[in-house]
Amino acid sequence: MSMKALGLRGLALGGAFAAALTAGIAQAAEPIKIGVLHSLSGTMAISETTLKDTILMMVDDLNKKGGLLGRKVEAVVVDPASNWPLFAEKARELLQKEKVAAVFGCWTSVSRKSVLPVFEELNGMLFYPVQYEGEESSRNVFYTGAAPNQQAIPAVEYLMSPDGGEVKRWVLAGTDYVYPRTTNKILEAFLISKGVPKDDIMVNYTPFGHSDWQTIVADIKRFASAGKKTAVVSTINGDANVPFYKELANQGIKATDIPVVAFSVGEEELAGIDTSNLVGHLAAWNYFMSVDTAENDAFIKQWHAFIKDTKRVTNDPMEAHYIGFKMWTQAVQQAGTTDVDAVRQAMYGQKVRSPSGYDIVMNTNHHLSKPVMIGEIQADGQFEIVSKTDAAIKADAWSPFIPESAKLTADWTFPWVCGNCTEPKFAK
Amino acid sequence: MPRLAALFFALLLAVAAAAPARAVDDAVFAAALKGLAVEGFAEKTAAADALAATGDPRALPVLRAMAAGNLYVRKADDAPVLGERAGRDLALTDPVSGADLGTAASRDLTKITVNNVLRTALAAIIGRLEIADPDPARRRAAVESIARDSTPEAAGVLRAALEHEADPGVRTLMERALARMSLASPDAAVRLAAVESLAGGELSPQVRALVAPLAESDADARVRDAARDLVERIELRLMIVDITLNLFQGLSLGSVLLLAAIGLAITFGVMGVINMAHGEMIMLGAYTAFVVQEAFRAFLPDGVFGLYLIVSIPAAFLVAGAVGVALERGIIRFLYGRPLETLLATWGISLMLQQVVRSIFGAPNKEVANPAWMTGAWEALPGLVLTWNRVAIIVFALAVLAAVALALRYTAFGLQMRAVTQNRSMAAGMGIRTGWVDALTFGLGSGIAGVAGVALSQVGNVSPNLGQAYIVDSFMVVVFGGVGSLWGVLAGAMSLGIVNKILEPYAGAMLGKILVLVFIILFIQKRPRGLFALKGRAAEA
Repeated sequence: MSMKALGLRGLALGGAFAAALTAGIAQAAEPIKIGVLHSLSGTMAISETTLKDTILMMVDDLNKKGGLLGRKVEAVVVDPASNWPLFAEKARELLQKEKVAAVFGCWTSVSRKSVLPVFEELNGMLFYPVQYEGEESSRNVFYTGAAPNQQAIPAVEYLMSPDGGEVKRWVLAGTDYVYPRTTNKILEAFLISKGVPKDDIMVNYTPFGHSDWQTIVADIKRFASAGKKTAVVSTINGDANVPFYKELANQGIKATDIPVVAFSVGEEELAGIDTSNLVGHLAAWNYFMSVDTAENDAFIKQWHAFIKDTKRVTNDPMEAHYIGFKMWTQAVQQAGTTDVDAVRQAMYGQKVRSPSGYDIVMNTNHHLSKPVMIGEIQADGQFEIVSKTDAAIKADAWSPFIPESAKLTADWTFPWVCGNCTEPKFAK
Repeated sequence: MPRLAALFFALLLAVAAAAPARAVDDAVFAAALKGLAVEGFAEKTAAADALAATGDPRALPVLRAMAAGNLYVRKADDAPVLGERAGRDLALTDPVSGADLGTAASRDLTKITVNNVLRTALAAIIGRLEIADPDPARRRAAVESIARDSTPEAAGVLRAALEHEADPGVRTLMERALARMSLASPDAAVRLAAVESLAGGELSPQVRALVAPLAESDADARVRDAARDLVERIELRLMIVDITLNLFQGLSLGSVLLLAAIGLAITFGVMGVINMAHGEMIMLGAYTAFVVQEAFRAFLPDGVFGLYLIVSIPAAFLVAGAVGVALERGIIRFLYGRPLETLLATWGISLMLQQVVRSIFGAPNKEVANPAWMTGAWEALPGLVLTWNRVAIIVFALAVLAAVALALRYTAFGLQMRAVTQNRSMAAGMGIRTGWVDALTFGLGSGIAGVAGVALSQVGNVSPNLGQAYIVDSFMVVVFGGVGSLWGVLAGAMSLGIVNKILEPYAGAMLGKILVLVFIILFIQKRPRGLFALKGRAAEA
């Protein structure tokens, strides 16, 4: 054995010792803080409380496995109380006072729009887990829910296909705010591009929390009696869904006559409805609790163990948070730091095996490639998957069906480095 | 000898009757059955057709189970089995032998999935098998599902079945279905007969859609006239139905507003407390209904489940009433005469109550099932669909209003209450314990709000935010109707409901609501005391 080899070994030993030492110091170091920005009171508490619990479950699991970079992870939970300006205040508090490494939060598009300037100003990182209208790509947000081309368009295509009943007439019914309006604009352009005449499209908006659906359901019935197969595309959000479905059931509208496909109704929302009269109505998501994979079984088991109630359901936004959190931990491990700029670089191309049984990838437009699934409501409040894509579909941040946005590209890597550009920032 | 001949003849008849449903070989049937477990809905439809074509009587229960989503493939041996939910597991039956196969967990089975299109196709296939069913109700349903697809085969099946049909009701149904299918016949006489046959039936928009092209451009003038005549009749009928329906919807919305507002008419109208926690009293009532329902599910037999709603009403009255009395004694009585502080305090209380409920029951919606007698609808006229829960709520709202009016008019407590609100010091001078009357009045208002909550749980959400949805509307009704007047509340609620529903089809739900608000603002400018202003000293105070 030469001196050189000995020296090398000594160096290696010393290195190992030093590593052990720093690890020891790190253990004693401050925990990594992450923020949870979900409404725990007010209108949106119904949906968002579950997402807070999902993140707590993931943090709990991560800490049991030894934490991240040798440090514990601590979730800082704040309650923006379904109050949009309060979302911005709480986001500032999380970023400036608590100095969190990443924030998991928001549900409604209006809350996201409200925190967006704060995250951009303070260079924070937000994981947004809900399906939304697209037409956005911020450097400081990772969108883990579906864009319209991963939910709305495939759902409409399914209904147009022989399997979906070759629908010819369309009712686009939504709650009156940014998500339904933008989605319906995209859908209308898409339908017209497929040769549907304008007369065969009926658009209807209702206020938040609309509870008296008699007239609208009667209108839908009348619109559907023109002799062509009719379907309803529902972007009705939140609480208004329960009275809407109750009215459908009571007026005897069956899914075989007029199917309703919804983009905001999942397992959690159906928990408040008796679904025996709604069998066959549809929803489009990237995940259903009924997915039959080993990953999903483990996910459900983990959720039930954490929440200590085997009756609780899982849903798509929960899965989105699962994917987002896993991606973030992987990116932090890879970057070796929680620094936002470094982690952002490490996020691109990050891959996670999701409960839906697909390899989900983060793209450079800050959106995911996800599978699309169409499910029919069953009597037990679950969905039966009647159609799903073979592979994950890449999200379009900008819809090709809206002329102004068709020109835009979102790509946060060289040479583009931009969320809404017509040409790269660093060409040549 | 004649007896023997008769016996032989009877036997022959029995065989002939059983002929379309003779059993085939087990292997053939099992093979057809296996065919159902394919990928793709079009393939499954073809397989179901093939199974029905075997003519085996065992096919019908299999197809029914498939349509209901109860047909599975056992993962262990790829055998198709019928599964019925039995607790957490499924009780399995062999479709070939009919033997009991014990139970299995759902993860050991693959469900043969069906979708809407396949369900419709299955209904038609089942219809063809059931068209000779001894039960007329089954045959009726069969005709309806066959008539949905207007293929020549379907027409053939119907025509053949019509020959044997004895029930006059089912006969006309078949004739109409055939008439609908023969509207496209090249023979003008057949088309004319079809239009005339349809004219004798249901004047529905579906028929109009079928006949309208003939009225526009049929080659034969007689057919065109007959069709045009029919379309006109249908349109007149639909207009009448529309107006009636609109009125009903207005009354129904009005009765929901009325229910929500009666309690407020007492706490705000009579006592003058700006009670922002009124909505939460409604919410408490709805949650009481939920708790009572769960208790019924847990402790009482299924047969009496429908009665839970009846039990919920007094329970909700007591719960919300008790909370109301506690609020009045604990907080509100210290704030009389200071409306701004009352407003803020009750607003705070409403937030606290919401959060308490959220902590106890959780944020997600709770399911409060409609009892069987309140689900579905009553088709008063073709196209005039009145849902039972709405009808029940109209009746219930009027009953509550009548009960409150009677209680205020004819009971000793009602008298004391009116005395205290009209002239407090005089009432005190007469020996009335005004403090207690205040507490009980507030309790009565809150209790009625709780009762309203039970009813509203039948049409909407049961969530901690339930009350928020009704508080603005309630104030609107009370202010519009005239503070302190029960009749004002009735008139206010009903007129707002009807105006809203008349506006909605033209202006849309959003604009309709805005227009109603603008109308109320203008109205209050003109008549600040509302529709029915109270007269007398109390009103001037």
